Amino acid sequence: MTDLRAAVAAGALGSEESYRELLQAIVECARAIFGAKASSIFLHDEETDELVFEAVAGEGAGDLLGVRFPSSRGVAGWVLVTRQPLVIEELEQDPRFAREVAESTGYVPKGLMAVPLLHDENTLGVLEVLDRPQQAAFSLAEMELLGLFANEAAIALDLLQGARNARAALEEEGSEATALARLSERLAQAEPEKREAAERLIKAIDELLS
Amino acid sequence: MDESLPAWSMPAEAAKKISIGDWPEQVTRDWAWGGATGKGVRVCILDSGIEAGHPLVGELEGAVAVARDEEDVAVAEDAEGDLCGHGTACAGIVRSLAPGCSIYSVRVLGAGFKGSGPVLLGGLRWAVEQGFDVVNMSLSTTKRQFAELLHELADTAYFRRTVLVASAHNMPVESYPWRFSSVISVGSHEDPDPQTFFYNPNPPVEFFGRGVGVEIAWLGGGTIRSSGNSFATPHIAGICALILSKHPELTPFQLKNVLYLTANNVGGGR
Repeated sequence: MTDLRAAVAAGALGSEESYRELLQAIVECARAIFGAKASSIFLHDEETDELVFEAVAGEGAGDLLGVRFPSSRGVAGWVLVTRQPLVIEELEQDPRFAREVAESTGYVPKGLMAVPLLHDENTLGVLEVLDRPQQAAFSLAEMELLGLFANEAAIALDLLQGARNARAALEEEGSEATALARLSERLAQAEPEKREAAERLIKAIDELLS
Repeated sequence: MDESLPAWSMPAEAAKKISIGDWPEQVTRDWAWGGATGKGVRVCILDSGIEAGHPLVGELEGAVAVARDEEDVAVAEDAEGDLCGHGTACAGIVRSLAPGCSIYSVRVLGAGFKGSGPVLLGGLRWAVEQGFDVVNMSLSTTKRQFAELLHELADTAYFRRTVLVASAHNMPVESYPWRFSSVISVGSHEDPDPQTFFYNPNPPVEFFGRGVGVEIAWLGGGTIRSSGNSFATPHIAGICALILSKHPELTPFQLKNVLYLTANNVGGGR
C-alpha cells in the first residue's frame, strides 16, 4: 500500500500528462535555440529493449510519437549503448546509413547531434537535434548546451517513468485503488465550487469511518 | 585473473638492475615518437566491430565478438564486421596516426542495450588477458554494479602494461571506466591538427584530443564528418601506439608521463 499512497499523493494519473508536456516543451526549446529542423526524445523501453519516440518537435511531429525501433539501430541506438554524445554531418552522403537514420528520425537529415539521457546511474534514452543551419560549424559550446538540455530531459523522463510505474502499481492494486487515485486526480482538477462540496463529502466519509 | 606475486621490496644490490637509462634531459616529441609508425604495437578496439579492408583501416590482426550466453559471456570469432560504424571510425583514426600498428577488433556493442554491461566487462577482461599494448574504449557505463569489476580490470591492465584509453563524459555524470586513474581519459578539443593534444590540470579528464569535425571512416568504405569524445579517444590511442613502438619498454605510468611532457600546453612542439 505504500506505492498506492505515494501514487495518490502525487496525483499519478494527472502528472503523467504534465511530464509529457514538459518533454515536449524541452524539444521545442532545443529546436528553437539551435535553429534546427527537428528535435526528438527517445525513451528506452527496458522490457522490449527498444527506443520509443516520446516527444518530437518540427519535422515528423505528430506521426512519430510512440513509434518504436530496436536499440541496436541507428545513431540513437549507438549513443544509448556507448553513453557518448555524437555529432554527425553530411549524413546524406551515405544512402545506406541515411535509410537507417531515417528510421530514427522520420526523414533523412543532413546532420544531427545526439546525446544520451543519463539520470543517476540509469541510461533513460536519447535526445536528438536534427539539421542545424548548414553554415554554422559545430563547436564544443553547442555540445555543452546540448548537455544542459539532456540533463533537463533526463529528469523529465525519470519523472514520467516514475508516474507510469505508480500507475502500474495502482492498476495492480485493483479497481478500488484506481478509483481512489482517480478521485484524487478529479478533486485536484475540479472547479472550486465542486471541489468544496466534494471535500465536505470526503470529510463526512472520513468522520463516518473513523 | 590469476596474478603471479611480484617482489614487494627491493634489496640493496638491485638498484643497478632496475636503473632506467636513456631518458633525455628533455622529453621532446621527436624523442617520444619521431620516425615511429606504430610498428610492433597491438591496438585493440573495444567497440561495435570493424569493417576489415576499409581503405582507412586496412587489414586486421583479428576480430572477435563478445556475446551473452546462459552463464556468463562467450568470445567467438567475428565474421560480421561492424554493426553500426562506430568501431570502424575509431580504427581508422588509430590507423591514420599509427599506420604500422596492428589492429584487433573486439565487438562488445551492436546487440542492443540489454546485457551491454556484462558484455563490455567480458570483452575488456578478454582484451587484458590477450596482453594488447593499447585498448581503445570510446564507450562507458553508468551502472555502479560494474564499476568495481571494471576498476579491478583497469588496475590489472595497468600493471600488465596494457594501456586503456577511455572516452570521458562532458556531462556531469558518474560513468566508468574513464574516471579511474589507471586509465588515460580523453575529452575533445577543437583544433584540427590530429597530433595536437593537451594535458588537463583539472582532472578527472586527463587529456584532450582532436574531437571536432573529424573525417572518419564509415561503413561501405566511405567517410563522414563527425564530432565527439568517441573520436578524440582514438587520437590519443594512436599517439600512445606511436610512443610504444619507439619505446616498447614503457609502463603505462611512464607512457602517461611522456604524454604529459609532450602535450601542447606542456612541452609539446619542442
